[in-house]
Amino acid sequence: MARRAQPIAALSAAVVLALTLGTLAAVFARASGLPELGPADLAALRFTILQATLSAILSAALAVPVARALARRRFPGRGILITLLGAPFILPVIVAVLGLLAVFGRAGLFNRGLEFLGLPPVTIYGLQGVVLAHVFFNLPLATRLILQGWLSIPAERFRLAASLSMGPSEIARFLERPMLRSVLPGTVTAIFLICLTSFAVALTLGGGPRATTIELAIYQAFRFDFDLGRAAALASVQFVLCLLAVLLAGRAARETGFGAGLDRQVERWDAGSVWLKVQDAAALILVSIFLLLPLGALLEAGLPRLATLPAPVWESALRSLAVAVSSAVLILVLALPLALAAAGRRQAGLWEISAMLPLTASSLVTGTGLFILLRPFFAPGDVALPVTVLVNAAMALPFAYRSLLPPARDAETDFGRLAESLGMTGLARLRLVTLPRLRRPLGFALGLTAALSMGDLGVIALFAGEETATLPLQLYRLMGAYRMADAAGAAVLLLGLSLALFWVFDRGGRVNARA
Amino acid sequence: MRLPLVIAGVLAAVPAMAQDKPVLTVYTYDSFVSDWGPGPAVEKAFEEFCGCDLKLVAAGDGAALLSRMQLEGASTEADIVLGLDTNLTAAAAATGIFSDHGLAGVDYDLPVEWDDPMFAPYDWGYFAFVYDKTKLAEPPADFEALAASDVKILIEDPRSSTPGLGLLLWVKAAYGDRAAEIWSALADNIVTVTPGWSEAYGLFLEGEADMVLSYTTSPAYHLIAESDDTKAAAPFSEGHYMQIEVAAKVASTDESELADRFLAFMVSDDFQKVIPETNWMYPAVTPEGGLPGGFETLIAPERALLYPASEAERAREGALEEWLAALSR
Repeated sequence: MARRAQPIAALSAAVVLALTLGTLAAVFARASGLPELGPADLAALRFTILQATLSAILSAALAVPVARALARRRFPGRGILITLLGAPFILPVIVAVLGLLAVFGRAGLFNRGLEFLGLPPVTIYGLQGVVLAHVFFNLPLATRLILQGWLSIPAERFRLAASLSMGPSEIARFLERPMLRSVLPGTVTAIFLICLTSFAVALTLGGGPRATTIELAIYQAFRFDFDLGRAAALASVQFVLCLLAVLLAGRAARETGFGAGLDRQVERWDAGSVWLKVQDAAALILVSIFLLLPLGALLEAGLPRLATLPAPVWESALRSLAVAVSSAVLILVLALPLALAAAGRRQAGLWEISAMLPLTASSLVTGTGLFILLRPFFAPGDVALPVTVLVNAAMALPFAYRSLLPPARDAETDFGRLAESLGMTGLARLRLVTLPRLRRPLGFALGLTAALSMGDLGVIALFAGEETATLPLQLYRLMGAYRMADAAGAAVLLLGLSLALFWVFDRGGRVNARA
Repeated sequence: MRLPLVIAGVLAAVPAMAQDKPVLTVYTYDSFVSDWGPGPAVEKAFEEFCGCDLKLVAAGDGAALLSRMQLEGASTEADIVLGLDTNLTAAAAATGIFSDHGLAGVDYDLPVEWDDPMFAPYDWGYFAFVYDKTKLAEPPADFEALAASDVKILIEDPRSSTPGLGLLLWVKAAYGDRAAEIWSALADNIVTVTPGWSEAYGLFLEGEADMVLSYTTSPAYHLIAESDDTKAAAPFSEGHYMQIEVAAKVASTDESELADRFLAFMVSDDFQKVIPETNWMYPAVTPEGGLPGGFETLIAPERALLYPASEAERAREGALEEWLAALSR
């Protein structure tokens, strides 16, 4: 399988490289001379790495107890909770920030609570706010990635553990920690890279120019100085950081070696104690409050305006749905071959790096580069939607790849030799062996891509022609026209549609699977 | 059998007719073309008499518009660029792609003299701190009073936002060499610095600060569109920095005559009367019948501050360094 996937994977990788390094090269080519990076850029680099590291470690650390609780408990509404917990990740930044501020802002619920108790208020603005917001965005992603790790431990291993009278601490030692060892490095890297390119969150909640990130410096180079060389040089720094992070994570990750299972329903004989139940309940309740309260605030603000939203908003919602579904279809072609090709090798180096590259691409550089590359051939307004579909799919590739890789690897190690010995290759093997084992992560990957694509402003603002506004762009336009209440309504519409898309795809991946 | 043929003939003729019309391409900023901006009404009014197809192309905001012109250079499809402001016109003129507007004898209602031969103004406004009268009874009367008070403000980053740049130049124009000192004193009043106007204004409406950097005309939106008279702009005794938004004709246009007609239309009543209640700015030429009811309640600053286009670029470099140094501490 893996060998067959190589040529298609090479094609996917080529598309990704063109979109990331290719657009960067296009910007470089238009620049006049290479600038030197000064002390201000070094300060930006320091702050960028600091906030991204803190955000990544904290998100992953908090996600472990939540994923563990979700993995070993079954309760009514569990599926809906998992879907809802994913909501922050797919929201447009400014919407999520407004939701967070409704809870943690100067006039937010939290500070009103403190005031009621006679305590001094705490401020969200500063490094703490940047990290809080990044954890809010990325805790759901971390939880999902780690939860998939837990679900990949075959039921037979827990059965064996139970028959050997292993308690929770032995299970943690022999099953859970090895699994975390293989899942956590990738999770932390993914979130580190997401936070690396943060711009609006870092600036809005960072409280001022102290919170200048590389991405903001790129923005400044483009808009304030119109210095393409500077922008491209800063974007290259981001790519180098990406490369280092991916290589480090690759060294840190260890194979689990749990071997194959029969996909039986997992039963957890070890999790019956009251103390563990209380622990899991606490983790789930706390994370629900943290993630769902800001969403509740958004709903409260937006629901009353939903029915009276102006017609152009609904039109753009339809357009965004089409963009989202197209991106999801495209991600199949991009992510699956890459994951399968990487699964066949011990060192996935090149595939891994191509799959993670889009995370560090500055959207302004990608957009400008695409603009330079495409303009000789097309009117930018005419290709606005296809370009948006492509860029949105590429931006979702790292997540799709991350969730497909571990099960693809397991399918290869567990069933690869059997399939080889049966002479099963090509489409038959894909259909009978690989796809059934990838069904759940595929559903997740497609759903995530569709939802992300729905909410991402992407490059549409650079290309937008007549009649091509997507829902996120329309939301920003409403805000720009003072219509904050309508914008809140549009945000609820966006949230609802994104979650519905995610749920439909994710559900599709879980048909016949009771987990 | 004849009727279908006629219908088919008409259908075939419609696109042909549409193609025969000359197309005038106007690059502008995103909120101009938005369904809630001036774009739709302007397009309708111009197409009624021009016998042409007016194509409005959105390119982010004012600064993004300039980047796009710098990227496209002389090969641009634009015939007109509309939406730069006086802080950007020097850099725009340096691209060498614009020609003179040729408008003469226009009686602008601007607080300053206008004699730029290349860029013609279509609207303008004053930057100001907007506050809620029910929450802040006595707003500070100038920057020094603001810095001395514990009033909390939201501002935009000059590196990514036009109002942010306006504030930077406002303080510089009012205080000159003392600008850095003013910024240091203001540091503890600033709740946060947002990437753009929308974020700052959104945060302000959520109650995150007492005042937000916006325009003197902002309260008119709340009054006229929402019947809410609680918002007001604080008059500052130093005077208020202005934003004048302008348009220019691309020299390489192949629709030169049509472009001239558009610029003439731009300073006429049909265009100008759309501006106040869509762009929420002052029209460059007050239309017949005056400003919409509600605009008379707005503050009228006694002094208008504005760097000439040629000085704005030089002033902003030094001012940005001071701003970064004062707020990074």
